[in-house]
Amino acid sequence: MTPMVKAEGVHKSFGHAHILKGIDLEVAQGEVFCLVGPSGSGKSTFLRCINHLEKISAGRLWVDGDLVGYRQKGDKLYELKEREVAAQRRDIGMVFQRFNLFPHMTAVENVMEAPVQVKGETRAVARERALKLLDRVGLGERTDHYPSQLSGGQQQRVAIARALAMEPKLMLFDEPTSALDPELVGEVLDVMRDLAEDGMTMIVVTHEMGFAREVGDSLVFMDDGVVVESGHPREVLTNPRHERTKAFLSKVL
Amino acid sequence: MSDPEEKVPAPTVSITKDSGGAGGTGPVAKSSPVPPEAVKAIPVRHYGRWISAVVVLVVLAMLVSAFANAQIGWSTVGDYLDHETIIAGAINTLWITLLAMLLGVVLGTILAVMRLSKNPVMSSVAWGYIWVFRGTPVLVQLLLWYNLALIFPVLDLGFYRDEMNDVMTPFLAALLGLGLNEAAYMAEISRAGIQSVDEGQTEAAHALGMTRARTMRRIVLPQAMRVIIPPTGNEFINMLKTSSLAYAIQYGELLLSATKISSRNLAVMELLLVATIWYLLLTSVFSVGQYYLERHFQRGSTRSLPSTPWQKVKANLFSLRSPSQGGV
Repeated sequence: MTPMVKAEGVHKSFGHAHILKGIDLEVAQGEVFCLVGPSGSGKSTFLRCINHLEKISAGRLWVDGDLVGYRQKGDKLYELKEREVAAQRRDIGMVFQRFNLFPHMTAVENVMEAPVQVKGETRAVARERALKLLDRVGLGERTDHYPSQLSGGQQQRVAIARALAMEPKLMLFDEPTSALDPELVGEVLDVMRDLAEDGMTMIVVTHEMGFAREVGDSLVFMDDGVVVESGHPREVLTNPRHERTKAFLSKVL
Repeated sequence: MSDPEEKVPAPTVSITKDSGGAGGTGPVAKSSPVPPEAVKAIPVRHYGRWISAVVVLVVLAMLVSAFANAQIGWSTVGDYLDHETIIAGAINTLWITLLAMLLGVVLGTILAVMRLSKNPVMSSVAWGYIWVFRGTPVLVQLLLWYNLALIFPVLDLGFYRDEMNDVMTPFLAALLGLGLNEAAYMAEISRAGIQSVDEGQTEAAHALGMTRARTMRRIVLPQAMRVIIPPTGNEFINMLKTSSLAYAIQYGELLLSATKISSRNLAVMELLLVATIWYLLLTSVFSVGQYYLERHFQRGSTRSLPSTPWQKVKANLFSLRSPSQGGV
């Protein structure tokens, strides 16, 4: 089976800042893959490279066997057109730290937007599925609320429903609970746990070690733009082999 | 436009008698056995307000009496307020304002998007346009358009050919002069609005597979509206007044209508006052419209919409009897 995500020597620099210094990893289909590490270690940047929100500076990155953002002909690499990049992104859902819901649309309109605009679904069909998805994330009662009328946890659950509406094969979570009040973290993690049980392939950048241990299939610890250590979450979290991993975990656990 | 679920918050004193907490279960915070008494205090007296009100009234009375005794034929003013030439002028003023603003808004938004484009050709063209049209007076631009026939006697578009003098009517010259100039200003307003939208919005839209153009249309521009609308309302009201410059190129707007009449009956001030009254009327009507438009575009940015002036008046009427609510 082709891996859902495959990275080979991925580098990323912003001007002189070298953020990613050669990332190699594979994410299998149906896997819940956790990325942990101190802030500034490049884990969010790597996540944003997967759906081409950031262009990689060197290396190769594949999602479901397709090169991200480029086409290879012979040994030449061609940049994809905007439309083709957009088409690649349809299959990759993303959930942001700061939700980024569309504030001028109600919850259900947020969820319907991409299916109607991008996939060309009729409003009726999109609405029906949006309502189902909102019900699934526990917001069946709040479909007509604007984001400003929802709590952070509710907003993030709408954001998850919005990403799911495109029926993605891969979901990227960029610190989905970091901007939430502690008491609201649980409701978002519950939805994510649900999603994992349904077999969704998920890459999760997180500081929630409990979630990683419980739900994760594999875990990668990144520091300073490189993968320091990887393995099964329980193993890495209980028996870290590397000094830097130990130092980090002693601070967050 | 009004939301049926919206209610006027009843302006009562917030400290009210409560039930005393009798029969409460669980560990409720200790409430005093005596029900709290509403605060009864003598409000601060604002002597300055009374004095300034009197001063203002006196000045106003002096102004009114000065104008009443001035050599103004007030009956002439009254007679011409609804004169058909004046009405036609007011309609033309309104018409050219609407059309010029429409041209300005549409072209301005396009220019703003071009200005922010990654394509260097697009952004330079937009920059050049704004540089020229913002850097020259509108009156000069109006005269240039009107006199275009002096340098291009014949308009030849390939598929269409005509004498420039027949094409460049005062109306078209006014529309181009006012509208193209406005576009340069609207471009800057739109640009500020577009840039005010959080980058996360664009990222979220891109992550969902939306193209840049669609993201702009569906996600960024609707949110930019909240920032764009208030200054656009101001621009509209400015345009109502600026359109009077088209008087110089013989476009039959309000001011030209007034001066046409006064050149016959010599009631110069009277007809200028007629025009003044009409301008005030038009700007007042559109100020109210602007208020409601702004309110509409606040949707989603605040938890509840601010109350309308009418709701505020109603609330104030009720609160006249109760002590002041704090604030100034």
